[in-house]
Formats: sequence, structure tokens, C-alpha cells
Amino acid sequence: MDSGPGEIRGKQRYQAGVLKYSQMGYWDGDYVPKDTDILALFRITPQEGVDPIEAAAAVAGESSTATWTVVWTDRLTAADQYRAKAYKIEPVPNIPGQYFCYIAYDLILFEEGSIANLTASIIGNVFGFKPLKAARLEDMRLPVAYVKTFKGPPTGIVIERERLDKFGRPLLGATTKPKLGLSAKNYGRVVYEGLKGGLDFMKDDENINSQPFMHWRDRYLYCMEAVNKAAAETGEVKGHYLNVTAGTMEEMYRRAEFARDIGSAIIMIDLVIGYTAIQSMSEWSRQNDMILHLHRAGHGTYTRQKNHGISFRVIAKWMRLAGVDHIHAGTAVGKLEGDPMTVQGYYNVCRELKNEVDLPRGIYFEQDWADLRKVMPVASGGIHAGQMHQLLDLFGDDVVLQFGGGTIGHPMGIQAGATANRVALEAMVQARNEGRDILNEGPEILRAVAKWCKPVEAALDIWGNISFNYESTDTSDYAPQVSTSF
Amino acid sequence: MRVTQGCFSFLPDLDDTQIAAQVEYCLRNEWAVGIEYTDDPHPRNTYWEMWGNPMFDLRDAAGVMMELKACRDAFPDSYIRINAFDSTRGFETVRLSFIVNRPAVEPTFKMTRTEVAGRTVNVTITTER
Repeated sequence: MDSGPGEIRGKQRYQAGVLKYSQMGYWDGDYVPKDTDILALFRITPQEGVDPIEAAAAVAGESSTATWTVVWTDRLTAADQYRAKAYKIEPVPNIPGQYFCYIAYDLILFEEGSIANLTASIIGNVFGFKPLKAARLEDMRLPVAYVKTFKGPPTGIVIERERLDKFGRPLLGATTKPKLGLSAKNYGRVVYEGLKGGLDFMKDDENINSQPFMHWRDRYLYCMEAVNKAAAETGEVKGHYLNVTAGTMEEMYRRAEFARDIGSAIIMIDLVIGYTAIQSMSEWSRQNDMILHLHRAGHGTYTRQKNHGISFRVIAKWMRLAGVDHIHAGTAVGKLEGDPMTVQGYYNVCRELKNEVDLPRGIYFEQDWADLRKVMPVASGGIHAGQMHQLLDLFGDDVVLQFGGGTIGHPMGIQAGATANRVALEAMVQARNEGRDILNEGPEILRAVAKWCKPVEAALDIWGNISFNYESTDTSDYAPQVSTSF
Repeated sequence: MRVTQGCFSFLPDLDDTQIAAQVEYCLRNEWAVGIEYTDDPHPRNTYWEMWGNPMFDLRDAAGVMMELKACRDAFPDSYIRINAFDSTRGFETVRLSFIVNRPAVEPTFKMTRTEVAGRTVNVTITTER
């Protein structure tokens, strides 16, 4: 690539007409980002014949102050400072035609505490821009000054564990199945069986709201009967994520208030309600001591393809700012998309106080979270007890492992399915703590447990050989090229 | 009924060798180990009695096992649990907790339902010995 036409300054810069974006000041290869700048990394695929530097400058321009032509009104402002600056561009390793471009934005461009405002700039216009064939927002660095304008998770991992009185192991959950069609009374039965059998949480699915076969109030009442009865039968704190997703904020507040009034510890929302609605429900949860679970419904439409869209790691960063306590972040070994190292990168975004640059895990920027509470990642979708050693090895303790089919589909019944998962998990944690190499000895540890625990034996018999080994579409370009699950 | 609080309640009761191995794990992580006991395992009974302070400067699991033995001798028919506290910034909480002693006959929990307006039921859970 050539170095592009240089910036034009002074009177000539503001003559009516069309200039290249790089001439308008949106490219500055010498720019050193300030600690307070918001940084974004885009993967861009310029159209044939478009210079990559001009393309990068165009992204910077269209995501900040530019329009397609020169406007004299720029001269009424400190325009130089309002312009985002593309400051670095490099070819994507092994993928011809794609470039990583780094762009810095001055903090003044953004309203405090508003994901809607941040995203309206960063992803507002640029993704449809004609000179680019495709664009993807890969990562962002959010400066501490900006992070501190958000309240973050209302509960966070530490306080959630203290409220639940559960320490030292991943939490266990399951999504009630079938996800559509059960009456509230039958639905509550599944919740009770799963919780009594040993799970910590049961969960509504993303599309369970208030359909003709089961209205929301009816579901909430039967689910809380199940939660309370299971608590009395086990002596443990139990919960069920009551999905409050609805068509209006007024209706979501109404459902959340009822969930609170009947004693639920946790409510749930879907990503599709939108960033502002998520921030509002976070604020409500903070006022009402509620754990807020987020299902990432819809994300696959824009996170999965590597050339276009938004990486899920960016969504995870926005959601930690917006303030959710749980977020579905992938399983690596289950039925849904996810390269193991890339998924670990998402988990680190949720759980670390500070992310260091980690290219194989797709972390391009250092990110200081300024003590913002940690988000509990949720691993859900096509996982079973036979993978317990892999899950514990990949994700550690601070995760909710959700076995929906892997609980409810158990041949000996739902309680047995829940017990199989709980026993397998506790045995694996015990073995790990004793210093055993669970990744290699895991199957042997599970077989030993199966000798005294029938539900584990039955689970291994039916699912022991199930795996989902498909090539991942979203892998790091810096990772060793091994991307299938084990 | 078996109260299933704590990290290992779904496994057969841990013997002293297994308990010591878990304590070693806590000490390797530089967590402070504490012993607590109670005769009321109600799920909302947060504050069990402390058998002394967490052992911040202890480096050997044998010391914990000695204290555990003394606690068992004093309260053989109580619940006893081992907690490990992590003072690392961002955690500053319990990182592992598991039951190491149970009464011969465990209590049950009674669930009392009070029906109020709109089909809502207020629930109170009480420990029954």
C-alpha cells in the first residue's frame, strides 16, 4: 500500500468539493493515542482499487465527524480534535485483501454512561459504506475515564456467590425443555425436578415470554413454588431465571416487579431488547438487589462471520459496561459456534480486573476495568456430564454450566440428570484440587464415579461419545491453526 | 435429609486424608482457612459460629486438621464447614467452602405457605429438628 495522500491543511482544506478522507485529516500515521482515547480495531476489506489507508481514513471519518464532502461549518469547531484518527493499518495474516485498522476517538465524542451513544458512533454508519466490501469491529479499548461513567453489573460474581452461598465450583443450570408449549404447571414440574436433583438454577429460554400456552404470571408463580420447595428439600439456595423480556419497558418493569414481590433472586432479559433497555433493567436490578441474566439472543447474526459484523468480545465489553450479571459466552465443546481460545478470550473480558494483550485469544488491547464488577459467563448449548473435565479445564470455577438436554433428556429422569451433572462436577473439582491432571485423567475419573453413582453411569452410556467437532468460523488470526473442539 | 450445601455434598463424606488434600489446595493458593460450626443449617443462616479466626499465617494442613479435630470433639453433633478466604483484590470473599461434619440425624426444613392476593403465596422455610 502507498502511504496515501497527506492531510491538506488551511484554506485549501475547506474549499467546497470532495476530498479524500485521508486528506481531510482522518489518517495520521504518527498519531500516538492518548490514555483517555477510545480505541477501536476494525477488520476491513476495501473494494478493488481502494487504497487501504484511504479506506481506514474513511472508517474513521464516517464513525466520527465526516460527511462525504467538505463543509465550511467544520471551521466553527475545534474540528481537528473531533476527527477520529486512523493511526495504524496492517494486513491480516494469511488473508489477502483484509486489513486491521486502528482508530482513536477523543473522549469528548461520547456521552457518559450510554452504550447507545457509543455504538451510534462506532457502528452507526460505517458498516454499509460503499468503498468497503466488508467491515468487522474486532475489539475496543475503553479508557478508565470512560469506564467509570458506567455502574456495571448490579450484582457481579462475588456478591452473587455470597447471596447463593455457593463457593469453589462452577454453578449448574439447565434450560427448561421443551422451550415452547408446556403449561405453567408442567413447566414448574421440570424446574422442581432439576433443582431438587442438584442444580443451582433453572432457566427460561430466550423466547419464553407470555404466549397463549403459558402466560407470564402463571409461569412465575409455579416456578417460585418449585424454587422454594426445592430449597426446603435440599437446604440450598435455588433460583430460576424468570425472563421478563416483553414488548415495552412498562411491561418489563411490571414483570420484574412481580418477580421481585414473589421472592425471585434472579431475572432474565434477551439481548434483542436493545442496549438502552438493558441499561434500564440493570438500573432496576441494582435498585432491587436482583441478579440480571442476559441471554445473547440474536448475536449470531452479526458475530459469527469473521469478515463482517462485530466480534462477540466487543459485545461482552459493552455488556459489562451496560451492567449484566450473567452473559452467555459460549461452550467451545458444545453445539454452538466457538473456537476454544476465542471463547476463553470472551470469558477473560467478563472476569478479569485487567485484560492484557493476548492475540491468540483475540484480545488486541490492554483493558483496565477499573474494578467494575465481574460478569459471570454462562456456558450453554449441547454440553453434557461426559465433558465435565474439559469444561472445568477451559473455564475454571466462575461460570454457570447449563445442561438443558443433558439434564432433562437423562434416561432415568430429570432429577437423575441433575444429580449426574452435580456429582460429576463435584468429583472433578475435588480431583483438580487434589492436583490431578483432569484434562487427561477426566474420563477415568468419571468412570470411577460411575461405579457408585448410577445417574453418572447412565449419562456416560448415552452421551459419552457425543461431540460437536465442526470447524469454527471465528478464530484468531494469530492462533495456531487448530480450531476444532476436542 | 442430607443438606447439600457446600462444594462436595453430593459425594460420599470426605475422609480426613481427602479433607487435608483440599486444605493443601487452599494453602497453595494462599487462602486463609477457617472453621465454622452450627446446629441450624437453614439456607439463610449466613453466620455460622467461628471456631477461632481464619488461620491467616498457617502454612501446614496439619494445623487445620488439629483444629478440626478439636471442633469435632467439642461439637460432634453439629455441622462443621471449612471455608477458604481469598484477600486478592476483586475477590475478597470465600473461594471454597465444604461440609466436614454432620449430625447423626440431620434436620428437615418445613415450608409454610400463606396464600395472599392474586394467587400469590408467601413462603416461609423453617428448620425442624
